[in-house]
Amino acid sequence: MALIAFYILSTIVVLSALFVVAARNPVHSVLWLILAFFTSAGLLVLIGAEFLAMLLVVVYVGAVAVLFLFVVMMLDIDFVALKQGFQNYLVVGALIALALLAEIGIVAAAATFGGGETFNASPGAPTNAEALSRVLYTDYLLLFQMSGIVLLVAMMGAIVLTLRSRPSVKRQNIAEQTGRKRKDAVELKDVRPGQGL
Amino acid sequence: MEKLLEISGNDLVIAILLAVAQILALVLIMLVCIAFLLLFDRKVWAAVQMRKGPNVVGPFGLLQSFADLLKFILKEIVIPAGANKTVFLLAPIITLTLALVGWAVIPVAPGWVVADLNVGVLYLFAISSLGVYGIIMGGWASNSKYPFLGGLRSAAQMVSYEVSIGFVIVSVLLLVGSLNLSDVVANQDGGIWNWHAFAFPTIFVMFPMFVIFFISALAETNRPPFDLPEAESELVAGYQVEYSSSPYLMFMIGEYVSIVLMCAMLTILFFGGWHMPVPIPGTENLPDWLLSLGGLLVFMVKVTFFFFLFAMVKAIVPRYRYDQLMRLGWKIFLPTSLVAVVLIGGYATFMNAQGRPDFDAMDADNSGYLEASELAAVTLPMGVDANNDGRISWPEYRRGAR
Repeated sequence: MALIAFYILSTIVVLSALFVVAARNPVHSVLWLILAFFTSAGLLVLIGAEFLAMLLVVVYVGAVAVLFLFVVMMLDIDFVALKQGFQNYLVVGALIALALLAEIGIVAAAATFGGGETFNASPGAPTNAEALSRVLYTDYLLLFQMSGIVLLVAMMGAIVLTLRSRPSVKRQNIAEQTGRKRKDAVELKDVRPGQGL
Repeated sequence: MEKLLEISGNDLVIAILLAVAQILALVLIMLVCIAFLLLFDRKVWAAVQMRKGPNVVGPFGLLQSFADLLKFILKEIVIPAGANKTVFLLAPIITLTLALVGWAVIPVAPGWVVADLNVGVLYLFAISSLGVYGIIMGGWASNSKYPFLGGLRSAAQMVSYEVSIGFVIVSVLLLVGSLNLSDVVANQDGGIWNWHAFAFPTIFVMFPMFVIFFISALAETNRPPFDLPEAESELVAGYQVEYSSSPYLMFMIGEYVSIVLMCAMLTILFFGGWHMPVPIPGTENLPDWLLSLGGLLVFMVKVTFFFFLFAMVKAIVPRYRYDQLMRLGWKIFLPTSLVAVVLIGGYATFMNAQGRPDFDAMDADNSGYLEASELAAVTLPMGVDANNDGRISWPEYRRGAR
């Protein structure tokens, strides 16, 4: 049963990854990419890494891919112009593809011919989440904190780059707005006939 | 899930049939309940505006939703000429499917849950974060300006409020010490003073967290006052403008199913799930099925109460402006919930983890559970094994010690 599920899921992953590249419409490409992410989460569940599977869905499908889709939808893309550069990138693209293929080959060879260890998604703990947290918050605490700081710096950089003060824009100050009293805003004037203010 | 993967042959067929039967029963009962909740929503709205609401089809208009269903199904499906047909039709299907799939991990009564996942809370969070796709895809595929603007608004809004929902969920998980929703409910056993929203020292943090979760749930499901993706004064009907007949029906049912799912999450995370506000003595001797049925009833009453709150908010609160919505999500809810996670984390470390070394010492095979062999040496009070699975988990042990 696990084997059947594995073959169904991996076929979907490979096919949808293929369509990411082959689809003519970039929005369709992103949708295929989302399907590939989602099905990979299914593969992670199959090997017992349910925590990683959920994180993959939350982070990549729920947040990163939404932003991808957001950007791609707003781009006004000329498909003819997009296809023109194809041959220029062919050599570089082929090299990268070869390198990736070699890496996959090495991993597959290591799994097939290496030691006969069976894979365990949650070593030393009842659940995947607990196994991960036991190493993440003890042995790798420093690395964990450092990657957090790197992300924080990246976030602050993005904010600094896009934040500019525009004095001409009128902003709402809610405290000022709700704290306004009648005597500050309305004034009673005694206007004399024929004179005006 | 793991059990399904290990068995084969006749057992497998029976297991699959049983699972399908459970799923069908849950979906059917829920959809019928939703039909009446929809009418309830309209009746509450009408009552606030001093109208009668739907009252023609059946007694008190009880059959109104079924009449609407027939009307939606029998009308023609109009697909705009410039629309991207596949994505256009896929969008409502995705919305409805995702809304229904979330219910798989909701424990509606003691032991009554389709899939008792160890990462149930994360699963719910993941599924609710996918809900945005149906709306974005529908808005883009319509090839029309208002739906596109509605889709963009919705994407930004749902991504923003997911962050604070995530932190609120984390603070609940820190209190419980487990990602399993049944454990979350079991942690609130024994009366209203143990419910997460009201439990004594944490009430000062958890009750505001409950309010934040409630408001974020409104934004996450595009309910008023955060219904900017379908704001009729600005965008006609937002991402649903081009939809008609059964695709529109799917969007609408999907929306209501996810609203009720959010009500169920509020019930489970903060209001004790199926537990009574005050424990009734003598109920332990009743048969299991009767207890489950009573639990289901309590659960449904609580969900209906939260749905009533959703309906009242829709009736009495004016719509937010878009910059106010973003300000509320990023500048108020996000910092508040972050501080709450730190406070609750400190509380869990210093107050709630007492006894964990004893538990680990007893857990000789390091399995995270105290099995019968490990329990032989010690005597624990009766009823510690809350879910009757023959082994004691850490949350159960902690409650027993309390």
